[in-house]
Amino acid sequence: MAAGRSTAGAVVEARGLLKRFGGQAAVDGVDLSVPAGGCLGLLGPNGAGKTTTLRLILGMARPDAGSLRVLGEPVPERAERARARMGVVPQGDTLDPDFTVEENLRVYARYFGLHGPAVERRIRALLDFAELSGRAHARVQSLSGGMRRRLAVARALVNDPELVVLDEPTTGLDPQVRHHLWARLRALVAEGRTLLLTTHYMEEAERLCDRVVIMDRGRVLEQGTPAELVARHVEPEVVEIRAAGGETVPALPGTGACRIETVGDVRYCYTHDARPLLAALEGRGDLTFLHRPANLEDVFLRLTGRELRE
Amino acid sequence: MRRLRLPPPPRPRLRALTVWRRNVLVWRKLMGAALAMNFGEPVLYLLGLGYGLGFFIGEMAGLPYLTFLASGIVASSAMTTASFEGMYSVYTRMVPQRTYEALLATPLTVDDIVAGELLWCATKSLISSSAILAVAALLGAVSGWQALLAVPAFFLVGLCFAGPAVVMSALAPNYDFFEYYFTLVLTPMLLVCGVFYPVDALPGALQAIVQVLPLTHAVALVRPLVAGLPLEQPLLHLAVLAAYAAAGWYAATVLVRRRLVS
Repeated sequence: MAAGRSTAGAVVEARGLLKRFGGQAAVDGVDLSVPAGGCLGLLGPNGAGKTTTLRLILGMARPDAGSLRVLGEPVPERAERARARMGVVPQGDTLDPDFTVEENLRVYARYFGLHGPAVERRIRALLDFAELSGRAHARVQSLSGGMRRRLAVARALVNDPELVVLDEPTTGLDPQVRHHLWARLRALVAEGRTLLLTTHYMEEAERLCDRVVIMDRGRVLEQGTPAELVARHVEPEVVEIRAAGGETVPALPGTGACRIETVGDVRYCYTHDARPLLAALEGRGDLTFLHRPANLEDVFLRLTGRELRE
Repeated sequence: MRRLRLPPPPRPRLRALTVWRRNVLVWRKLMGAALAMNFGEPVLYLLGLGYGLGFFIGEMAGLPYLTFLASGIVASSAMTTASFEGMYSVYTRMVPQRTYEALLATPLTVDDIVAGELLWCATKSLISSSAILAVAALLGAVSGWQALLAVPAFFLVGLCFAGPAVVMSALAPNYDFFEYYFTLVLTPMLLVCGVFYPVDALPGALQAIVQVLPLTHAVALVRPLVAGLPLEQPLLHLAVLAAYAAAGWYAATVLVRRRLVS
């Protein structure tokens, strides 16, 4: 597989991006800079504006205000030129059901104006990469969900893109398939490509992304490396406590230095030093607890709140 | 006060042909079934009505009824073929199959996609009407090689009806929506535009309306070519068909843009 190139500076540069749908701002003054190389994760609850942001970057939605450059091209004015150097793995399935696995790649390459022996070699390499060589002549409908997603990733690479955009790449996949796909995506970063992905799996963001941007209600709330965000927003240790039988967790000594959040029957104690609390929990047979380091999910819930989103 | 500004006209590029080519590749895979469909219904019409009714009617407008009917059906079939493709197939690719979403992640634009689809609809019309023309020739309903001049006309007729069909797709909330267009637009045209009997048999008021309908001009252009008669006002018919094609192309592009790129 051909190596990706690295672009100096940012591959996506958005300033004051605004997009309204019927008076409602789906993207509300977003500044976003995606550095070349590495993986940037766009995180946020449903309706945060992640997908709209991606659609703006692709030129599939027109901003109401703000400026946007993708791979140096002004978007949407010259979005086609930017897209020629991008790969896109859309949410859900947009594979062409009228074609086989291999034909999907070949026909898609044509849309980029690519054909001939070099493309045929690339298709074979991509089938290997996606571990679909044995299914080259299979109809798309006969593939499993994981195979289809791998084919979608292979299709996004057919033009040897500098920037690969993935909208919730592992939603709906089982754990084996997700881990496999993560390995493939890390391989793309190792080739020097830039990945921009949306996800609402914090585990995915922590495993894949060098930088994350947390969005909510169309705005950027915070950005940085996952470790930076954890250090900035939550205490390093968490103790989750649950009462047997789903009862309310009683007040405990040793929680004085904790920041406490209660969700349903679980009490989350965020602290710099869990030892006093752990000592108090010692021998309490009526309570179960879990002591763990704080993670991106804690940051996410802290910033976007714990109420349900529809 | 805001000035009314029309959306910019379609600006497809040569790359639109990759969309046309995609459809050709799919069609080739299912060519047998597709051709059987193309032949099927019109052949039944030709045999059933042409021979059956023709037995009682004998001649119509100075032509053997089979010839009269065949020359009308090649034109109307170009209309129905482009309409079916522009509605059911285009809608399938636009909405449930999300093919256009995948295409819009490439350097293709909406204008390219619509252009490729319209050209494909017209190509399908050309194929299906040519197939019927061949059958009609075998049945002795075609007089001479000048009928081959009708083949490019099939393409134009197809293009003329492809635009409105894609407009319907761009507006459709679901497949049922297309029934309105068939019932209110296509079927009436099929019945009054001279396919089965001459337009001048209609009452005067209706004739005026019929004269602005595209199928009337499609039939009027194609019939003399198939029947071996001198062409009457060919430039007028071509101009009307081209005008409908251009207006449909514009409307289809604007409305698909609105549906896909918000």
